[in-house]
Formats: sequence, structure tokens, C-alpha cells
Amino acid sequence: MNRKKVMTSLAMAATLTLLMTSCANQAATPGSTSAAAGGSGLNLDVKVLTSIETPKDAVLPAGDGKATCADTTTLAYIGAETGANAQLGINIFNGVQLAIDQHNKANPGCQVAFKKFDTEGDPTKATGPVTQATKEENIIGVVGLPFSGESKATGNIFEQVKMVHITPAATNPGLTENGWTTFFRGLGNDAVQGPAAAKFMTGTLGAKKVYLVQDDSDYGIGLGGTTTTGLGDAMVGSDKVTTGQKDFSATISKIINAKADAVFYSGYFAEGAPFNQQLVAKGFKGAFVGPDGVKDDQFIKQAGDASNNAFFTCPCIPGELIPTFADAYKTLTNAEPGTYSIEGYDAATVLLAGIDKGNQDRAKLLEWVNNYDASGLSKHYKWDDKGELQAPAVYGYRVQDGKIVPIGAIGE
Amino acid sequence: MLSTVLTAVPADSDWINFDVAALAQNFWSATFDGLTFGAIYALVALGYTLVYGVLNLINFAHSEVFIMGCYAVFFTLSFLGFGPSAPNLSFGAILINIILALIAAIVASAVTAFLVERLAYRPLRKRNAPRLVYLITAIGASFVIQYLIFLWRGPLPEPALTMFIPTPIFEVFGTIIDSQQIVIVVAAVIMMVLVDQFIRRSRTGRGIRAVAQDPDTATLMGVNKEKIIVTTFIIGGILAGAAALFYVMKIPSGVQYNGGFILGIKAFAAAVLGGIGNVRGALLGGLLLGLIGNYGQILLGSSQWTDVVAFVVLVLVLLIRPQGILGTSLGRSKA
Repeated sequence: MNRKKVMTSLAMAATLTLLMTSCANQAATPGSTSAAAGGSGLNLDVKVLTSIETPKDAVLPAGDGKATCADTTTLAYIGAETGANAQLGINIFNGVQLAIDQHNKANPGCQVAFKKFDTEGDPTKATGPVTQATKEENIIGVVGLPFSGESKATGNIFEQVKMVHITPAATNPGLTENGWTTFFRGLGNDAVQGPAAAKFMTGTLGAKKVYLVQDDSDYGIGLGGTTTTGLGDAMVGSDKVTTGQKDFSATISKIINAKADAVFYSGYFAEGAPFNQQLVAKGFKGAFVGPDGVKDDQFIKQAGDASNNAFFTCPCIPGELIPTFADAYKTLTNAEPGTYSIEGYDAATVLLAGIDKGNQDRAKLLEWVNNYDASGLSKHYKWDDKGELQAPAVYGYRVQDGKIVPIGAIGE
Repeated sequence: MLSTVLTAVPADSDWINFDVAALAQNFWSATFDGLTFGAIYALVALGYTLVYGVLNLINFAHSEVFIMGCYAVFFTLSFLGFGPSAPNLSFGAILINIILALIAAIVASAVTAFLVERLAYRPLRKRNAPRLVYLITAIGASFVIQYLIFLWRGPLPEPALTMFIPTPIFEVFGTIIDSQQIVIVVAAVIMMVLVDQFIRRSRTGRGIRAVAQDPDTATLMGVNKEKIIVTTFIIGGILAGAAALFYVMKIPSGVQYNGGFILGIKAFAAAVLGGIGNVRGALLGGLLLGLIGNYGQILLGSSQWTDVVAFVVLVLVLLIRPQGILGTSLGRSKA
């Protein structure tokens, strides 16, 4: 009996061998009038950005060095420190930490304390840490929360105690429609990112036929909508995928048959990576474009070499190109600044500048942010009455040599 | 049933659209892709069907038997130097590497299946536990293996490995068939034919059928029931290992602690659709489920529909033929 089992497995292996060898021989046969979408006419050779201009009058955390404040004055970061989305949170609070360190070093008369509260990026877990932070009288301002879902769940708690908070990463446009007076967004939202992405694909990349694929998250659906409007006639079709999906063959078949030259994936890297990998394996030669939810090193790991066709849009500024910031960040953390590090740094700077000017309780600091009109390292900060920035920027990124590199501001 | 659902929806809503043109346009590519995935379902489905045949037990841990094979493929290929780029090797060398990965996957899956049987089922059988208890240990074994992998490898999928770049081989109805699809479908079908023949013709196969038909009589006739049961689990494991290789070939980023769960449910559904306990039914069920899901998704225009359509069809088929399409169980199948 055992012998038979061995024979069977041997037979299986042998058949497979024969089979695959024959495939190898046939593979050379041409006969491939590629029905796959071609990248003809696309401008995929987008130049990599190596430096960016920082505003000359940028406010820095150090200030004039003469500030005085009570040594109980505290700023807080509330957001993910652990969990699946921890990396984004770590990028942010290291930026905040750097700003506070620089401030305290330059101002011996004003030592601001820094506290962190962990939400794991999860809306259901965020209310606890936020309530706890609002109960600590010494905390007068907050950088956070990074994600749209948790921001939506906790905005009311901040509102009740009139505590100012600047989100360095949450992009859902609906967040500023709640009537909150304490919520400020330190970057562009998806109503800005979608049209910018559309303009990037049809303009910079020169795509004539864009296929839009969105997932089933609030983020994916919202951004899919604003991108669709931006694309107009250039959109040749759209499809929806599910969180956790692994096989995208039906969607890919539609994309190939539509002869699309660019695909916009409105969702996160977990599905975006296998999707792009299967798309390229089916012979797609065009560009894959994803938003900030896809812009992650994990995307490159999980898509493998297929990620070489990938571009990203992000309302985040490439902090790694600001040498003074990047060097100081590296000294502090032994790592390159990540996505949203500079946004965290700038948000903290806004609050620190307020403290230096004597706004040292919650009400005064809120008032300060409301009237703020100055540049940070990444961009100019001036909010409208809803808490949206008046002139946010969206940046493009691409994959080069297995790394995500910036290619400049897009959608202008 | 479906029509009442449709009329219950306000007329101005467009949540359900039938895009017949898209289906017509994508029919053949949907068919070939569906068959490719269906072949993988079918290989996994055989594991459910064989075990059900001899034990009347749904082995819920079979999805973890499958994912252990995926990890074996991943570790073998990374050890052999495969990475995100397709390897720059002669085809023969790639082939030998892939066969090594196949052997590793088969061993890993077969050992997992063996251990599950030994640790989760055999002690219960010795004590004549009621059937419900098996169901609980099956689900328990599934979770234990899943979260052991989680603790070991973390929540993220393993980095993608490329075995080879699929090359177009020929064109049917304007749709390109590539080397990957051919390898998966042909190899899977050959394996299933071998298993079918093994069950029908070999001495062990006869033993398996005898135990499926009537364990007590089979024992009286000199069949070693325990040995047959272990063999059945191992055959299921071998097939799951092969399925794992093809799955990782098609979806390199699918190696994740819970990556077998959905596939396992679908393979189980495929086994039921074809007639659980029926070897040929598992093949038919797997291919059908792959096809129906793909057609449904294209016809209705979004991936959310894939599983809705597949499972509505499953329910409809079972309403008409509760025993599944091919129906007969392993023991009564015509030898």
C-alpha cells in the first residue's frame, strides 16, 4: 500500500514535470497578439523630485527662545501606537516629539511636556483614550487623531471640552461637516485628492482611458466618487472590490477588455497590492495609480516587481526632502521620516507657537489656531471656519528601485 | 424568491443592474479564469469530501491544512532564492525548484492533516464521542492553527514571490490563455484523475470505500479502519498541498495566517454542490463554483456579488437536489 502511495506521488510529480516543460517550449511561440491593454502614449517616465522649496518665513518650533510657561503645560498625541496601522502613528508622533524637543531645547523658560494615548487606529477603541486625555487639565492641545473613522467617533468629545486638535492625516471630507469648532485638518482632504489624482492621470501621465476600481470602505467609496467626477469622459469603466478579496480576475478581465491605459485603485494596500500584481501578470502595461491608503512599503512587498508601474497620490508633503527636518528626524529616531511625519511636526509647531505667545489654556489656544495665518515647513497654514486648510497641496509619488519616491506637487 | 427581493427595492434605486453586454464581452476570459480558480477549489474540496466520506465529519481544520502548504511553498522558495522578481534561471532549474516547493507543500499539508487527525479526532473516536463534539474540535483545531501562525508570523501577508512570468500560449475566442492557467488546470485535473483512479482501483481505495459504506462490516472483513482513516486524511493533505502551490503561484501575497479561511469555505461549498462524499462531485462542484462566481460578478458589476451569486446558486441547487449534483456518496459510488 505504501509503495502505491509513493508511486502515485511520483506519477503526479512526473506528470507535472512533463506538463511544465512542454509549456516552456511553447512559451517561445509568438501568437500573442496582445489583447492586453498597452501603455502606448503614456508618459510613465515621470521625473523623481530631489528637493522641494520650503516657505522662507516658515515658523519653526524653536521660536525666539524667550518663551515662558508653566512647566505643567502639556501637549498630547492621540492615535495609533500599536496595532496593524501602528507605523503611520509612529511616523506622526515622532514628528511631534521632534518639534517639542526642538522647542524645549531653545526655550529654557518653557518646557512643554508630551503625552501619548494609544487608540490602535480603531474607532471603537478611540473614545476611551480621548476621554482620558480631555480629563487631564494640563493638556491644552492635541495632535490627532490620524484616521478618519476614529476622528468621526471622537470629534464630539473634543467639542464638549473645547479642546483644539489638529489631525495630521485624516482625509475624509465629511469630518468638517459636523459643526465642530475644535477640529482642524492639517492637510488636504479627499475632495482635493480625487480631482488632483484625475488631473495627474490625464495630464502628467497622459492617460486617455482610465479604469476606476474602488473598495467597500468609506474612504474608498468617498475618494472613488471625487475621482470619478474629476475624470469625466476619461473614465472608461469602474468596478468594486471587497475588503479581504484575493482573486481579482473578473475585474481585471473587464479592465483588459476596456483597453484601459491607467487604473486608479481607490482603497488600501492590502487589496491594492495583490490586485496590481494580478493585473500585471495578465499583461497590463499601463499605469497603476493609488491614493495615500496604498502608499506604503507593504504595497511593494506584496505586489513584488509588479509595483514598478505604480504611482501614488497623497495630500502629504515629502518631509524626507527637507534636509534640516530629515536630518533631525533621523538623529531622533534612526529612521527616515515617513508618511505624515512632517504633518505631525507642523501641527505641533502651530500649537507650540501659540504657547510661546502666551496662549496657555484650552480656550486661548483654540482661539490662536482659529486665527492662525503663517507658514510651516511643509505648507501655509490658515484654516477656514470649518477647519479646512485654504490652500492644501497634493503630491505625487512613484515606485523606483523598490522604494517610494516623490515626484512633485500634482493637480495644480 | 429573488423576484420578491427585487420588487421590495424602491424603483428609483439602481443597486442591482444586469450588465449583459459586459458578460458577453468578458464571457471567455471569465470562463478560463473561473476554471483556473475552480481547479484550486476542487483540489481542496476533495479533502473535505474524502474525510466526510469515511467519517461523516466536516473537517473544518482542512483550510489550515491548506494554508500550512502555502507557508511551506513560501519558505521553500525563499530558501531557494526566489524573490519579488521572476528568477533569472533556466526553465529546467525553475521547474526543479517548483517541484521541490510542491514536495515541501505536500509534506507540510499531509503532516498537518495527520496531526489534526491524531490530536483532535482520534482521541474522541476512542471514546465514542457524539458527532457534535467532533464539530467543535474541528473548529477549535482550525482556530488553534490559525492563531499559532498569527503569533509566529504576525498579521501581515508574507512578501510576494514570483515563480515565473505567465506567458501567453494560445488564443481562444479572442482570449489569451497563459502558461499559468494551463499549468494549474491541467495539473489539478491530472491529480484528481489519479485520486479518482486510486480510490476506484487500488486496494487502499477499496478499503476507503468499504469504510465509507459500512465501517463495522469493513472491519469484520479485515479492513484496518484506523489505518484507512489516517490514509484518507493524508491523501486530503497531499491534494491540499498541491492546491497550495497553485494558489501561491496565482496569488503570491495570499500567504497569511487566515488566508485559508474563505477558500476553505468555498471549497467546502464546492464539495456540497457536487455531492459531498463524491470524488467526481468535488471536481465538478469546484469548477462550477469558480465559474458561477466570476459570471455573477461580471453580470452584476461588482465583487460584492461574487459570493452572493455563488451561494444563491448553491442554495437553489440544494433545494432541487439536496444530495448535490452528482449526489452519490463515496461508499455507494460505482466502482
